[in-house]
Amino acid sequence: MGRIFKFNQDVDTDQIIASQYIIYPTIDEMKVHTFESLDADFASQVQPGDYVVASDNFGCGSSREQAPSVLKALGVKAVVAKSFARIFYRNAINIGLPVIVCKDLHDNVNAGDDMELSMKEGIVRVNGKEYECTKLPEYMQGILDQGGLIASLNK
Amino acid sequence: MGMTIAEKIIAAAAGVSEVKPGDIHTVELDRLMSNDGTTHLTIDMYNQLKNPQIADVNKLVWIVDHNVPCDSVKTAASHKKMRDFAKEHGITFYEGAGVCHQVMMENHVTSGELIFGADSHTCAYGAVGAFGTGVGCTDYLYAMVTGKSWLLVPETLKFNLTGKLNDGVYARDLILSIIGMIGANGANYMAMEFGGEGLKTLNMSDRIAICNLCVEAGAKTALMEVDEITLDYLKAHGREPKHCFQSDDDAVFAHVYDIDLSTIKPIVAKPHFVDSVVDAKECVGTHIDEAFLGSCNNGRIEDLRVGAKLIKGKKVHPLVRFLVVPASAEVYRQALSEGILDTFMEAGAIVMNPNCSVCWGSCQGVIGENEVLISTGTRNFKGRAGHKDSFVYLASAATVTASAIKGEIATADLV
Repeated sequence: MGRIFKFNQDVDTDQIIASQYIIYPTIDEMKVHTFESLDADFASQVQPGDYVVASDNFGCGSSREQAPSVLKALGVKAVVAKSFARIFYRNAINIGLPVIVCKDLHDNVNAGDDMELSMKEGIVRVNGKEYECTKLPEYMQGILDQGGLIASLNK
Repeated sequence: MGMTIAEKIIAAAAGVSEVKPGDIHTVELDRLMSNDGTTHLTIDMYNQLKNPQIADVNKLVWIVDHNVPCDSVKTAASHKKMRDFAKEHGITFYEGAGVCHQVMMENHVTSGELIFGADSHTCAYGAVGAFGTGVGCTDYLYAMVTGKSWLLVPETLKFNLTGKLNDGVYARDLILSIIGMIGANGANYMAMEFGGEGLKTLNMSDRIAICNLCVEAGAKTALMEVDEITLDYLKAHGREPKHCFQSDDDAVFAHVYDIDLSTIKPIVAKPHFVDSVVDAKECVGTHIDEAFLGSCNNGRIEDLRVGAKLIKGKKVHPLVRFLVVPASAEVYRQALSEGILDTFMEAGAIVMNPNCSVCWGSCQGVIGENEVLISTGTRNFKGRAGHKDSFVYLASAATVTASAIKGEIATADLV
């Protein structure tokens, strides 16, 4: 069970982590600035196991992998959105951050709601209601299952 | 069944005769570009691998362009890490040569190649019919170590161009119009392919500007048909095409758009979304604090010529900073020899060394709280050019220069 942090559509990677921070030496130094322009309290309030829920085209813009990386470093368990921009989606899978497409969730939940995600069943549960998610193609689920793309290089 | 250009390039790189959208293939990559926005993290991950190795160092091109010259001690550490690693491993390395995509176009990219770039605007390479796509550093590292990666074959949107752009209307107005029409995720996961008689009226600079911005519609890549203009460009830069693919007559497109270039008008994209486009006339009179002419999208010699012609004999408005940043050292020297930089300086513009500049908002030229920038850069996201509460309008070199003269958004006919 984790809390929902809610965002709208077209959240770009500059909002997730702004340009002036991405050149910092480590993800740990960057992560305190996550979502700074949209929700200055996000980084201090989010707890490991919490979820980011968004509308369409989450993660559009720059290819900076720092965007999914800071979310993962803060302990965000998964991002559930109506749709994702391509590069963010691919980067998230490659680093082992689950990105789940769920068309109906965003419009029916509030920030702060408790949420449960079963990746296996492809089901999200919030406020006693179940929402069906789109399952990942087998190839991508395989990358996620082994802990990201780099894990396969270290086998 | 017939294939599109994107499908043909993936099939060739996967070593198979046919692919179709939705298939996932393992592909051999021709070239791997990375810049100082992310390479320091790639190196850290490389050093943590059990068996670090580079599959083919000749495929790698590393370019320092985002913060040039270096602007802080933290950046200096990241740059040094990149510089030292490149030297140790013999990686082709540029620093101060210009914005990565322009440097790649001038020196490396050729038709039919499959290229990963650790930068979203890598789709620019479609201008010469190369499949360029933006990736993060994990993807980059995997490709650097194995020479390969996985690719999901995208559907293709076809843009059939007819007619010719009117005087005072530019390729940038065209691509902003297209993004406005299909939306910021209108081409998500897809390839955008451009062809038709109208394409022959667009020079290589126009083509780069169009392909470069396709990621702002979510596109995985952009591709243009190879023609005489492509081959002349490659020849002038001492390169041969790898493949000259055209889509088959029976290729399947997700959608075909017919666009008459003569219907395109000067466009402005308003804050904070690239698809928030309006007729430039609707923004005339909007207050600005800074104007920027540069970037991988619109900092080539053709763009500087447009600006210089407009501003010659006039002055930058006293309350506006006008930054002119050639996209590469080659462009800079050409502009110098044509007297263009002199014209800008005479008018009161600030001419800077080739780099990403305020387009990415973390180096010289950033704007402060509530300030307004009009820009030929790639993006107008909230805070993209500096303070989180600031505003960016995107427009052509002509509209940006006219605005710098007037001190408010203006079209070229008003100066």
